[in-house]
Amino acid sequence: MKFSEQWLREWVNPTVGTDELAAQITMAGLEVDAIDPVAGVFSGVVVAEIVATAPHPDAEKLQICRVNAGSEEVQIVCGAANARPGIKVPLATLGAVLPGDFKIKKAKLRGVESFGMLCAEEELGLAEKSDGLMELPLDAPVGEDIRVFLGLDDSIIELGLTPNRADCLSVRGIAREAAVLNDMAFTDLDVAVVAAVNDSKLPIRVEAGADCPRYAGRVIRNVDVSKPSPLWLQEKLRRCGLRSIDAVVDVTNFILVELGQPMHAFDLDKLSGGLVVRHSKADESLELLDGQTLTLREGSLLIADEQQPLALAGIMGGEASSVCSATQNLFLEAAFFTPDLLAGRARSYGLHTDSSHRFERGVDFELPARAIERATALIVAICGGEPGPVSVVDSAPMPERKAILLRERRIAKVLGMDMAASDVESILAGLGLTVTRVEGGWEVIAPSWRFDISIEVDLLEELARIYGYNRLPVRPIQDALTIRPATESKRSLSALRQQLVARGYQEAVTYSFIDPAMHKAMAEGIEGVELLNPISADMSVMRTSLLPGLIKTAMHNAKRQQPRIRIFEAGQRFVKGDGGLQQIPTLAALITGRRTAESWNESGELVDFYDLKGDLESLLSVAAGEITFAPGSYAALHPGQCADVFCDKVLIGRIGALHPSLQAQWDMVNPVYLFEIDQKPVLARDVPKFSELSKFPEVRRDLALIVARELPAADVLQAIRGAAGDCLSDLKLFDLYQGKGIDPERKSLAVGLTFRHSSRTLNEEEVNQSVAAVVQTLQEAFGASLRN
Amino acid sequence: MDNLEGLAAEAAAKISAATDAPTLDQVRVEYLGKKGHITALLKGLGKLSAEERPAAGAEINRVKEALSTQIADAKQLLDLAAVNARLEAEKIDVTLSGRGQQAGGLHPVTRTIERISAFFESIGFEVVEGPEIEDDYHNFEALNIPAHHPARAMHDTFYVDESTVLRTHTSPVQVRVMESSEPPLKVICPGRVYRCDSDLTHTPMFHQVEGLLISEESSFADLKGLVEAFLRSFFEKELNVRFRPSYFPFTEPSAEVDIECVMCNGEGCRVCSQTGWLEIMGCGMVHPQVFEHVNIDTERFTGFAFGMGVERLAMLRYGVNDLRLFFENDLRFLGQFR
Repeated sequence: MKFSEQWLREWVNPTVGTDELAAQITMAGLEVDAIDPVAGVFSGVVVAEIVATAPHPDAEKLQICRVNAGSEEVQIVCGAANARPGIKVPLATLGAVLPGDFKIKKAKLRGVESFGMLCAEEELGLAEKSDGLMELPLDAPVGEDIRVFLGLDDSIIELGLTPNRADCLSVRGIAREAAVLNDMAFTDLDVAVVAAVNDSKLPIRVEAGADCPRYAGRVIRNVDVSKPSPLWLQEKLRRCGLRSIDAVVDVTNFILVELGQPMHAFDLDKLSGGLVVRHSKADESLELLDGQTLTLREGSLLIADEQQPLALAGIMGGEASSVCSATQNLFLEAAFFTPDLLAGRARSYGLHTDSSHRFERGVDFELPARAIERATALIVAICGGEPGPVSVVDSAPMPERKAILLRERRIAKVLGMDMAASDVESILAGLGLTVTRVEGGWEVIAPSWRFDISIEVDLLEELARIYGYNRLPVRPIQDALTIRPATESKRSLSALRQQLVARGYQEAVTYSFIDPAMHKAMAEGIEGVELLNPISADMSVMRTSLLPGLIKTAMHNAKRQQPRIRIFEAGQRFVKGDGGLQQIPTLAALITGRRTAESWNESGELVDFYDLKGDLESLLSVAAGEITFAPGSYAALHPGQCADVFCDKVLIGRIGALHPSLQAQWDMVNPVYLFEIDQKPVLARDVPKFSELSKFPEVRRDLALIVARELPAADVLQAIRGAAGDCLSDLKLFDLYQGKGIDPERKSLAVGLTFRHSSRTLNEEEVNQSVAAVVQTLQEAFGASLRN
Repeated sequence: MDNLEGLAAEAAAKISAATDAPTLDQVRVEYLGKKGHITALLKGLGKLSAEERPAAGAEINRVKEALSTQIADAKQLLDLAAVNARLEAEKIDVTLSGRGQQAGGLHPVTRTIERISAFFESIGFEVVEGPEIEDDYHNFEALNIPAHHPARAMHDTFYVDESTVLRTHTSPVQVRVMESSEPPLKVICPGRVYRCDSDLTHTPMFHQVEGLLISEESSFADLKGLVEAFLRSFFEKELNVRFRPSYFPFTEPSAEVDIECVMCNGEGCRVCSQTGWLEIMGCGMVHPQVFEHVNIDTERFTGFAFGMGVERLAMLRYGVNDLRLFFENDLRFLGQFR
């Protein structure tokens, strides 16, 4: 909402300056987004009349003008095509300074002297672009400073209004706020009734009364729309961001800005029969004023005649019935449409207009007849014409304005302070609410222009807003302490993150929606949730895995010569399951490139699977469940270097090398290792439980076992644990050997078994028996032999 | 006994000449060992008369003691020299860098959320998270934003289907908390939110922390007190805070909170568009309609809610000048937040 400060001050003129006024209304909830001067900074420009013109002897496009500047007549050389005797134009006199600090001096143009410059709108900062000299009204007083004549010492104030304050989408509404904020009386416009001079009426039939409870109209005959709007009207509209179209449209726009009532004018002679306010039927279409033809959906609210739709009610008029310069007879419309029923309609057609913006939010339902009177007076003054009587058709009850009980104790409870009764009453009455004192409070009735006041708290907001949020009390934090158990059986995600950070990982945060191509490559056939309205095609699928985002991050950084990447991300992934959509908090990491930063004591080795697995194991080492790994199989991962991760035998994630073909496809020079695990099982941990330290010595036996090369070491270790008996206190695999001296199909695993009893010293015999049992079990289960 | 003095002098010379422990030990053996010269003299005492013997013995023992002491002292010096020599040989350049991983870092968004959470947890708020793909009811309806409400247009919602959206704020988590627990309540809800908007100052995904306090005696004054305390704690500065009336369908009265610009201390600069103020968060008293949706007694309980954009706070705190950097994940950017 843009408005001119001067226009506002015609309504209410507080003694505060522009900045203070803007601050006041901002702090009352009508946020001022911008304050701009209505014209550029200039001086020395006056109203002048071109008395005579003569061609320039040496330049085809230039004319030599004799110009009456009031105190004297001067010669000006001018290149504008519309320079002609008799018109009044702005003259920048010698010594004038135009916007951009452009000083006007005596000049010679192609040998002819020029004593000033005739100006176009653009040169005065009144328009972005203009064509030819600015033509002033013929009655403009020659010699008067143009700033005074046009009232240019004015500001355009732009408000960013919240959707609840439709009443401030007009000068009238803002004036009411400004008045109450300055403790001034607000005087509403006194709209005089323009008496009908004929009985010309257009029949109106409202079929959709719920949508259009009130419809007002009036015929005006014999208007002349051929002349442009007067300058004052054009200027007022310009300062509110509206372009002049023709006098009739300009007047309706004037009413829109001044009173907030959207209006429409039809060319009466283009209508067939009476007007019908109805819903659209299937297969109707309408060519709008903006030139586009809409195919209407059934049930849209229309203004139609007996033949066809004329306008999309409350949104935009139609081309066929529009007013043009040849129009002689008008039908003026002002209606009240039910906000809830109009809401969303414009948007559903991809439209948004000044009219729909207001109607959706609520327009004063008492305005239509007054707006018509006001518009009639202006149209008759500008275009002439003979008005008929005003028709007002009420087809449904107006929105109810119930008495709202405002309790003093509620003011204290919600605002944290008692407010003087006089303050309460003056604020609410100042805003146009009807206030009646009752026991313990007031009964309040909202006015016809407020659609945001229906319950008590709406009144509290008004009180707080006008009283001033910053005058309301501030109470330091005070609250009863709530003591929650210090849960030890759960680790925080923050601790997990810190652990990774300590191990050299950098956290990344990537978009939750990813490229479908990447999704397809990584998701192993899992269907992703697709967005109906993605921001772009490559951000259209919700991730089922965090890995694509990390890979994309790695690609971005690899392209920027990062020799070493260690990144992780924590966040949700979205998986469609049998029980509906699952949103699974997940943790994922990626490493690639050098194992450590380049340094004097590092050889530049690249990371491998076990680097990442070590980091993962360190994260999992405190998890409550038993963690195991088993070879896994994923199309996106290296078939020989990938594992499933289990917690108490439940699959919780995967780890592996990116498949070399994908690595090449995504231009990653070095192998890429990734893991992804569910957060939940990892965050659970056991509360430690003390067990007595054994005072008795431990015995260690090392075994070198020859087993099949394919046999997972974990199977061997598990078998040893099963066979070694209760006294096995520790088990380590401390060497792996395959190569010379060993069958190429087999490998050697060196394991260290530590035995200890809690209450006595183990004897040699017992340990030997346990070791023998282990060897026998391994032999039977895996054909293992001892290496000599 | 001239021999004794001669031997002593000879031994002393050899002791001081010894430059390493083995040589010194040879000297010890040569004079004090079983077959040493001094030992031999002691053994020779037997040849003396009983009268001569005590004096001679005492004399020899005196020399022996003196030599032992000299040897021990020399040994100590030699040991010290050896240790010093070893230390000298083992000297390294301690300015060279150490081995292994250097610490990584948290994403600035996480870092900021953790700071915010720490403040609120310290005063008894609980951190709660919730789904990011949310139903229309929790994201809009329950928050007093019915279909076609003009406020929906402000949200630029991503849709998964007609009744499912990517949450446009973390307020639906608060609705879920109110549905599942009884007041009094104190929670904050950090997390990702989504809006269908992408330009210089908008990313289609960003983060919010929203908070909710419900009790029998919370008022707008308490809201102001809490918000001011938080902002001053977050920016570690006694900055000016102001509350401006605004509109959110789920709170009333609603306020935008401005802080004195942290870049120019309120003097006016490019960041604050010369106003001296920065819009930093939104807040308000919970709307009765919201309480009614979750069956909380609006007469007994009052509450307030507040919400802030994490990236905006991080940008102001760390001076980041381009929102989009947060999601490019360039290591040169992320590495600045160690």
